[in-house]
Amino acid sequence: MALYRAHVLVCKGTGCKSSGAAPVYDALKEEITRRGLDKEVMLVETGCHGMCEMGPIVVVYPEGSLYCRVTADDVAEIVEEHLYKGRLVQRLLYTTPEDKVKIPHYRDIPFYKKQFRIALRNCGYINPDNIEEYIARDGYVALAKALTAMDPEDVLAEVKTSGLRGRGGGGFPTGLKWEFCRRAKGDKKYVICNADEGDPGAFMDRSILEGDPHALIEGMMLGAYAIGADEGYIYCRAEYPLAIKRLGVAMAQCTEYGLLGDNIMGTDFSFHLHVKEGAGAFVCGEETALMASIEGERGMPRPRPPFPANKGLWGKPSNINNVETWANVPSIIREGGEWFASIGTEKSKGTKVFALTGKVNNTGLVEVPMGTTIREIVFDMGGGILNGRKFKAVQIGGPSGGCLTEEHLDLPVNYESLTAAGAIMGSGGLVVMDEDTCMVDVARFFLEFTQRESCGKCVPCREGTKQMLLTLEKITSGKGKMKDLETLEELALMVKEMSLCGLGQTAPNPVLTTLRYFRDEYEAHIKDKKCPAKACSALISFVIDAEKCRKCGICAKNCPVDCIAGDRNTPYVIDQERCIKCGTCLEVCPFQAVSKV
Amino acid sequence: MTIQASEVEEKIREIVKPWKGKQGSLIPILQAIQHDFGYLQEDAIEILSREIGIPTAEIYGVGTFYAQFHLKPRGRHIIRICRGTACHVRGSLKILEKVMDILKISENETTEDLRFTLEPVACLGACGLAPVVMVNDVTYGRLTPDSIQPILENYK
Repeated sequence: MALYRAHVLVCKGTGCKSSGAAPVYDALKEEITRRGLDKEVMLVETGCHGMCEMGPIVVVYPEGSLYCRVTADDVAEIVEEHLYKGRLVQRLLYTTPEDKVKIPHYRDIPFYKKQFRIALRNCGYINPDNIEEYIARDGYVALAKALTAMDPEDVLAEVKTSGLRGRGGGGFPTGLKWEFCRRAKGDKKYVICNADEGDPGAFMDRSILEGDPHALIEGMMLGAYAIGADEGYIYCRAEYPLAIKRLGVAMAQCTEYGLLGDNIMGTDFSFHLHVKEGAGAFVCGEETALMASIEGERGMPRPRPPFPANKGLWGKPSNINNVETWANVPSIIREGGEWFASIGTEKSKGTKVFALTGKVNNTGLVEVPMGTTIREIVFDMGGGILNGRKFKAVQIGGPSGGCLTEEHLDLPVNYESLTAAGAIMGSGGLVVMDEDTCMVDVARFFLEFTQRESCGKCVPCREGTKQMLLTLEKITSGKGKMKDLETLEELALMVKEMSLCGLGQTAPNPVLTTLRYFRDEYEAHIKDKKCPAKACSALISFVIDAEKCRKCGICAKNCPVDCIAGDRNTPYVIDQERCIKCGTCLEVCPFQAVSKV
Repeated sequence: MTIQASEVEEKIREIVKPWKGKQGSLIPILQAIQHDFGYLQEDAIEILSREIGIPTAEIYGVGTFYAQFHLKPRGRHIIRICRGTACHVRGSLKILEKVMDILKISENETTEDLRFTLEPVACLGACGLAPVVMVNDVTYGRLTPDSIQPILENYK
């Protein structure tokens, strides 16, 4: 094997790719070859580094320098300065938003400093299309250890010791779930991976699928061995074409290396794996609905019991976990359950990956030990609020989650603390909101989503979400009455209590938490007919300050409905009757004479 | 697209062949039909029903349940506008409105010349780059209402 003095890693995750990583990679390849460095510098295409905001990202080892927002035009300089002369390209290094300090080593960047990576340990380090790179990072060591030195019961015991809990939403103890399925009667059992990541604002599973598919495959094999299953399914959403492609490559390599198929590593253990493409239904993230979908039916949840552990896919005992949960398993078996249990809090062990998005400076994926506070995640790692605005809330746990406020900033994040505050861990989406975000509109937004995605099987969810949405729309359009708030609360509790599956049981959470923490905003919409965040278009109007207006007419020229009148001698005025509140005039006015009230 | 009825029948038979006798094959078969025909056309569903012995009502049941399946012809280029939470708080509604204004169509509609179909989607999973739009298989991030027009011009 050739020895290289330097490695240049180019992130080709979905984020960096859409920011233009492909031309950067091609330019690097050309330039490195042109300068005759291709024998000593290795160019690697990796999965997601997590800091999507700064993409395309290029990391150069052995130094570990991270270059941000690299374009093809920067490539010649990187090759000339860094690879040839050994000098860092200062202007491309990460710069802290507050005191403008350049940080040469990626590990010192606040975004990475507090991270502890287990599920994402290989993402951004290895070429996901090359099984040997995974093996070089101790890949399949856990599988070899399990198959040759451990009984299935030992593997199960190790996972139970680790305290790992489901990372997809519910937080059910993984070892216990496996045990139910292991103890279930039946000679045919299935393991399933839920890769139908549908929560808006969450993309950690995508990152693992695209950046380290072997971790998932190895995790599933360990689970299959512990449970006594010989067949598995990965149910992946069709919106992730790259993930499906990389899974295919990884599975083909496993088969070639004798890591998938019959008699794996010369033992009695056999395992066959299939990928099923989802067809676009959020409810399929619910495990019984997902199984119905694999069976080729409408993805509707089934009443439990019987639980999938006893009667799951095609009526056989089945165990289903999501991508992040499976990806934790190889490290647990390799390092031991006690090691894993030493990380995190008393009841929430290990780490959790959060997708940090919304009005925050550094968007991206962070993996932190359980118990890290929201403040550390949003302000230390996320670099604070975009454009120096004021923090208002963080929406956690997707459409099933809730909105937490400033008073929760020092809340240590774990399953229990979040549930107590009215949110849930969910899949780990963390959407930051600032003072320009209207919380009533956010509740309406989520209900619009759950209402659309409700499968319609049970009445409370189908009708309840619809009625809640209509009430919220009434309020955001300024037609709400105080009595509507009572109706909302009543409906929310009813839907929560009576729905068949997790989708309905958690759909009211965004309404309940915003009512609990932002009741004043609801009241402002109803009583004062005002939207405090100035986001609900029915409750705002645009006005031109006659003093500031220089009578240039740019607003009138750009108004799509021609409702602004004035001339060179008279300041311009907006006809409120005809205004559609598109905000164009505010954007185009060169003198800031237009304001939103 | 003008395909003769016999051709449709032949094509469906070909698609169904590897799935015969296998469990849970309806969704992958429909995905293959949509891939080849662009949408799930009526005669294709009737032929499929005869071929695999599943009633048309059940096929329509599945076909209308999932967002991915379409019963009407679609444009040459599919614009998927992300309406996820992260994109929403970073202004994806403005992008959607701008595209509707440029193309003069509403959500889930196709332009008359079959150039574009506009589909808002729940989340594209590229939240770090919000707001995001996907045209066919290419993802565009950090968009503004002004930056969307030049992107659309690349698709004829």
